[in-house]
Amino acid sequence: MQHFQETIRSAAASQLPLRIRGSGSKDFYGARLEGDVLDTRSYRGIVEYEPTELVFTARAGTPLREVEAALTEKGQMLPFEPPYFGPDATFGGCIASGLSGPRRACLGATRDFVLGVRSLNTSGDDLQFGGQVMKNVAGYDVSRLLTGSFGTLGLIVEVSTKVLPIPDDEQTLRLEMNEKQAIETMNRYAGQPLPLSATCFVENSLYIRFSGAASAVSAARKQLGGETIDGKAFWQSVREQTHPFFSNSGTLWRLSMKSTTAPLMLGPTLIEWNGSLRWISVDADLENMQSAASKAGGYATLFRAQTRPKAIQYLSPTMLALHKRIKRALDPEGIFGPHRLHDEF
Amino acid sequence: MYDEEELKPFECDGLSAYRKLPLAVALPESEDQIRAVLKICHEGRVPVVFRGAGTGLSGGALPYEHGLLLGLSKLKRILEIDPVARMARVQPGVRNAAISEAVAQHGLYYAPDPSSQIACSIGGNVAENSGGVHCLKYGLTVNNIMKVRFVTIDGELLEIGSEGLDAPGYDLLALITGSEGLLGVVTEITVKLLPSPVKARVVLAAFDDVGKAGQAVADIIAARIIPAGLEMMDKKATGAVEQFIGAGYPLDAEAILLCESDGSEEEVESEISRITEVLRATGATQIRVSRDEAERLKLWAGRKSAFPAVGRILPDYFCLDGTIPRKQLANVLKRIGQMQDTFNLQCANVFHAGDGNLHPLVMFDANDDDQLHRAEQYGAAILELCVEVGGTITGEHGVGIEKINQMCVQYRTPELTTFHSIKHAFDEHGLLNPGKAVPTLQRCAEFGAMHVHRGEEKFPELPRF
Ligand SMILES: Cc1cc2nc3c(=O)[nH]c(=O)nc-3n(C[C@H](O)[C@H](O)[C@H](O)COP(=O)(O)OP(=O)(O)OC[C@H]3O[C@@H](n4cnc5c(N)ncnc54)[C@H](O)[C@@H]3O)c2cc1C
Repeated sequence: MQHFQETIRSAAASQLPLRIRGSGSKDFYGARLEGDVLDTRSYRGIVEYEPTELVFTARAGTPLREVEAALTEKGQMLPFEPPYFGPDATFGGCIASGLSGPRRACLGATRDFVLGVRSLNTSGDDLQFGGQVMKNVAGYDVSRLLTGSFGTLGLIVEVSTKVLPIPDDEQTLRLEMNEKQAIETMNRYAGQPLPLSATCFVENSLYIRFSGAASAVSAARKQLGGETIDGKAFWQSVREQTHPFFSNSGTLWRLSMKSTTAPLMLGPTLIEWNGSLRWISVDADLENMQSAASKAGGYATLFRAQTRPKAIQYLSPTMLALHKRIKRALDPEGIFGPHRLHDEF
Repeated sequence: MYDEEELKPFECDGLSAYRKLPLAVALPESEDQIRAVLKICHEGRVPVVFRGAGTGLSGGALPYEHGLLLGLSKLKRILEIDPVARMARVQPGVRNAAISEAVAQHGLYYAPDPSSQIACSIGGNVAENSGGVHCLKYGLTVNNIMKVRFVTIDGELLEIGSEGLDAPGYDLLALITGSEGLLGVVTEITVKLLPSPVKARVVLAAFDDVGKAGQAVADIIAARIIPAGLEMMDKKATGAVEQFIGAGYPLDAEAILLCESDGSEEEVESEISRITEVLRATGATQIRVSRDEAERLKLWAGRKSAFPAVGRILPDYFCLDGTIPRKQLANVLKRIGQMQDTFNLQCANVFHAGDGNLHPLVMFDANDDDQLHRAEQYGAAILELCVEVGGTITGEHGVGIEKINQMCVQYRTPELTTFHSIKHAFDEHGLLNPGKAVPTLQRCAEFGAMHVHRGEEKFPELPRF
């Protein structure tokens, strides 16, 4: 901690940017990577874990696989199935990137399970927001603001998340259909009281995962028909983007939008989250992708590209102005990951 | 409105021990009017307090005597229901329960269900990040909204969130949820709807010891069960409820638990049998499982009317809202009980046990100044106890005016400074809901001077008088 504080204070004094980094598994994401690396990996370890509290607390540099192993041992899990995107991904990086996996639409995102964050600000002050309890509305929700901020608002040093029991049973089935039918089907099932835990459409197949009590999973499985497949490998490939769909080395767009939006016809597509997340592999510019997404109530992110883009997301002028004010409020010296998320802050 | 008589109905919210008249009240009918009113206030530097249904329990909607009270009660239309995409777009004055009523025909509902749901507004829910008896499984307001339209004090309109499951940039939706009307006004909300469960059953378990009931809560979670609701009431609370509506609670029990399971037929049957097994093993003296929907609703009706029931014993009560790690339940309850003698007041306990969210109800008569004073001290002592055991002063009711001093106990200067910086980013001149939710460092220094916490001197860097 002291080392972090000194590094931050000297960076602030000399106005030199810092690039907060775990293993670098998410380095591909973002507009620019500026500044000296502040490596979080030396600050590691589980701080507190009592399974009956459903709360898990660890230091930012703890490898995500150690976190998941500790939880698995007690029959629990991180409900948001975070992607690693690299073998040594850290817990802090997982929270700071805020990325969530296949279970997101059914159980919630990283931000939904973050209970508290301990962080260092530009002055090196040790801050504690939220805590280890399920509900806390004292003060603004800074823990969630830091979640997904990609190290641009402060250094996350310790995080508490809510965890959940691993479901007793899980089954995945595959149904053959086209994209339009798949979107309709996902939305129809999501509107029914079924033990859904993930959906994905790719290459004319709709994959549906059920999780929960064995009796409920089999009942749902029977109701829907289709072919049962080995779900583990499939969902892992979607979560880690190792599925052949992602092997195209071109540009990968991530469009988040209203789940019922009809096929966008913009390029090869993989759909998750009951229709509200569309991965599209196509060389296009942000303006065009944003316009397609915003017509559907959403937005586009340039997720992976061959060359570093100038911007990965579009913010309206009023939103941009507010983002700049918030960035200035939390990082007045502007030293934390400048321009990682946007050209202008 | 500015005549005293017209202002009178707005003088307090659910925390009725505190009352004030605003300079004027405005009840706009559209977002454009709200923007116009805020622009005028911004230019004239007039403070503004927003008000939904006024059911808040922390004084968040208590008027500011030199400011405007802006009520949202006329904006109560449900603008759009999209059953296929499972969302509804509503105005801020819509009652919480009205959303579930309107979408029930599609087999959907809006999950957060505060006990005040027949009265409280969805805008107020967003401002407080309200929870309900089902939030252990389904989350709080922040987990169940997708997008809001939000107007800042300069009249600027922002769209925060999206119709997808996330939004570009920072998570501003989380930041404004629970911001207690300090950052801006919510003028439209898009909420997420869930499919109504096929079935729900509730188990009532009685215990001859509060500690055992607390242990049962931990044991249920340890058995890998996340019930749809897990509530606890002590003897004083069940006694009050029985007199008030007769929910059928056993009167000889020291504490009761209500534990609900919902889902498909299969899920509910298997979960209920596992729950009863755990409860029996923890030593429940009586276990009853609801046989039909009428019985289930009756058991919940008791819980949901606990506050008004207690309100009939003595004219006033403070409903506290501390949240603690579950393992501290028995210890904290015991200490709250002991404090009854210290302050010579009665306290009933009702709470969201699954979340560790306590609602001690400190009963008093506000016409008696001494009782009011003792009740305030009792409440403060309970909140400080919650912080001491690793919890928070408020789980869902907000800080408002009521817990402003205890913010100085929970947070230190650097966190409070962060809060003030965020406030400044939205409301440079501090015009929105002044004096609430986040105390000034000066106030904390004054409070700290009277009140040395755990022997540490707080805010040593600030001058004292
Ligand atoms: C009997 C009873 C039971 C309760 N049970 C619960 C419970 O189970 N769970 C729970 O969480 N709460 C509960 N509450 C507390 C209360 O009902 C909630 O806090 C509710 O969300 C307040 O909504 P309201 O519309 O009444 O808001 P108000 O009381 O009018 O306002 C609350 C705060 O929100 C601000 N505000 C209101 N509308 C807006 C808006 N549109 N934009 C910006 N700011 C706004 C106000 O300025 C104020 O700070 C209970 C209250 C009572 C009286």
